Amino acid sequence: MKWSEFFVTGEPLIYAADVSIVLTVIGIVFILTYFKKWKWLWDEWLTTVDHKKIGVMYIISAVLMLFRGGVDALLMRAQLTAPNMKFLDSQHYNEIFTTHGTIMILFMAMPFIIGLMNIVVPLQIGARDVAYPYLNALSFWLFFVGAMLFNIAFVIGGSPDAGWTAYFPLAGNEFSPGVGNNYYAVALQISGIGTLMTGINFLVTILKMRAPGMTLMRMPMFTWTILITCVLIIFAFPVLTVALALMTFDRLFDTQFFTMANGGMSMLWANLFWIWGHPEVYIVILPSFGIFSEVVSTFARKRLFGYKAMVGSIVGIAFLSFIVWVHHFFTMGAGAAVNSFFSITTMAIAIPTGVKIFNWLFTLRKGRIRFTTAMLWSLAFIPNFVIGGVTGVMLAMAAADYQYHNSYFLIAHFHYVLIAGTVFACFAGLHYWYPKMFGHMLNERLGKWTFWLFMIGFNVCFFPMYFLGLMGMTRRMYTYSAGLGWTPLNVVASVGAALMGIGFLVLCYNIYYSARYGERDMTGDPWDGRTLEWATSSPVAHYNFAVIPEVKDLDAYWEMKKSGKGFEMDEEKLKPIHMPSNSGRPFLISIAFFFAGFGLVFKWFTLAIIAAVFIILGLILRSFDDDDGYYISVDEIKRTERLTRKEA
Amino acid sequence: MGTNYHHETFPWKHIVGFILSLVLTFAALWIAFSSGLATKAILVGIVVLAVLQAVLQLFMFMHVTESDSGKIQTINMAYSFFIAIVVVAGSIWTMAFVL
Ligand code: HEM
Ligand SMILES: [Cu+2]
Repeated sequence: MKWSEFFVTGEPLIYAADVSIVLTVIGIVFILTYFKKWKWLWDEWLTTVDHKKIGVMYIISAVLMLFRGGVDALLMRAQLTAPNMKFLDSQHYNEIFTTHGTIMILFMAMPFIIGLMNIVVPLQIGARDVAYPYLNALSFWLFFVGAMLFNIAFVIGGSPDAGWTAYFPLAGNEFSPGVGNNYYAVALQISGIGTLMTGINFLVTILKMRAPGMTLMRMPMFTWTILITCVLIIFAFPVLTVALALMTFDRLFDTQFFTMANGGMSMLWANLFWIWGHPEVYIVILPSFGIFSEVVSTFARKRLFGYKAMVGSIVGIAFLSFIVWVHHFFTMGAGAAVNSFFSITTMAIAIPTGVKIFNWLFTLRKGRIRFTTAMLWSLAFIPNFVIGGVTGVMLAMAAADYQYHNSYFLIAHFHYVLIAGTVFACFAGLHYWYPKMFGHMLNERLGKWTFWLFMIGFNVCFFPMYFLGLMGMTRRMYTYSAGLGWTPLNVVASVGAALMGIGFLVLCYNIYYSARYGERDMTGDPWDGRTLEWATSSPVAHYNFAVIPEVKDLDAYWEMKKSGKGFEMDEEKLKPIHMPSNSGRPFLISIAFFFAGFGLVFKWFTLAIIAAVFIILGLILRSFDDDDGYYISVDEIKRTERLTRKEA
Repeated sequence: MGTNYHHETFPWKHIVGFILSLVLTFAALWIAFSSGLATKAILVGIVVLAVLQAVLQLFMFMHVTESDSGKIQTINMAYSFFIAIVVVAGSIWTMAFVL
């Protein structure tokens, strides 16, 4: 690498980005210094091991990444609006669709879901924190530095440009020289380690830390989906870890795992990628199903219909999701037996998914429905997701997929499941649980504006793509000629994308507006909720529950309310609460990971090794750490509780 | 919370497990690079060593025998086994056409 290539040059858009990055950093440093907030930042956020704060940081990162990925998307739509556009050249377009896909799935959808689960799961199971709070902080910071490493690629060294699937041989050194794809391999590796640890952490938390009386079959549906998601993470992510490690060896040390020559097997990458990749799409959809289940049952004021069938179908989906991966490359040429097998398993996934759809519909039936913003997202999810699922089954027919594969039909399919599934769920969950995070509500009026703009925009943008696909437009093409007749639908799609962008801006404004003028939630239970998180104050006290609740029913808090008591707290019963201490080490170890990663990307091995030494040092220090946490005194608990609980 | 995780005694199990793991790893390296065996034999050799090491780690580090939640352990092991088979056998089957 020559020094002159270190910074990306020559593109006005890139220079604009350089300027805005520098200005933002100066702005942040200035604000923190001017308002003397450095210590606050360190004490309250960078060193925290509190699952609620970690969750908030995940969500903030996810919203920022939604912005970055969204800008990528709008740039692509701008380029495709009319034939023969000169807005982006082919290289720039390649880079943008690569970062868009990678960021949206790994750095937007994943952290949004993980953020919500951080905030909600311990509350739903009546626990005071996760099983391994320190590990949890490390998970977050590893994800965060991985995301940042990936995000600086476009100004330092150059973006990856081989697609979010990074297929070989394209992603190998021969066809992708430069550091772009090193960023892909290393950044995903670092954040992937964080995700794997989150999976382990929450699996243990859910299995071991439920409040007394909460049997597995009394767990709220969201917690169930997270439990199963953790299983998927634990079994799927190691495959990604290995695949990325092999990719890194190929790119940095010229091994030949995936090359064309010397016995390398380029298609093995696709195979390994999708062994992880298909479970991954279910990792982001199952928690979404959980969110919708909670929201639908709360706002239909009914117990979730067919709880057992729901649990069964999640387990079924999780099981099946490991034996369908070949549907992503039916066209590779594996032969009829292989394709038929995976075609059938893929179609089978539609069965448990259909079961769930009916469960939601029956939960709604005869419910007293309240059309809150969270509920609107959930209601819109059902028909939109069905469109995505049905077209998925069309793609699952191997013979037909030879036509659909890598066309805009596929693009429409996965956006219908990912946006109408995961993104709608994130927005629903954000509105629903917002008071638990910040103590005030998100404004409903603005929320509905976002909903309608985004939901309509989404359909206007992606529905035409099914037809563009059938008309022969393939994915990842940066321009097309006028005679193909694709122009009108592309214009429509771009209008839809703009609407979604506006919807997102309204959401950002809503966050600001609600922070200033939003209605405070004094009750802790603004939606008349059913599960334990609504038994806490808003925002939730540091220790979550002054006394650990006793669970007698599936809808634990609902049952408490119906039996006339609510969640009582007997001050006599209070005991000092044991809490884990903050630690700056997860943050510092992750910084070391960042530099190690950066060193690897540029093959600056001295830097990488020095940083690796710091990582190991951090691990050693942790091993000899004798900090057993601290106790919150009964007096302090009483004071906090009196402040936050309204006295009856 | 409240459980105390202090180890009162020297962690012999971990040290022995660690050293044995290193030995097995270096044995695999040796087989692959310097044993001069036929490719098939090398493959069989390193796979056997890998399985041995997995079992070793389960007992030395993962405390499979010490837990009270036997049912969860069994399900977990069975499922891991299933996934391992799916990934390995599935990949071989899928990729057989280029082999
Ligand atoms: C009824 C359930 C589903 C079926 C039968 C199904 C089927 C398929 C098939 C066959 C493909 C490959 C098509 C091709 O490349 O030609 C595909 C691609 C895809 N699906 Fe689905 N799918 C389903 C649900 C989902 C869900 C729930 C998600 C995520 C939330 C999802 C995300 C994706 C993504 C991201 C891709 C494309 C990845 C890429 O090539 O970049 N699908 N689906
Ligand atoms: Cu798939």
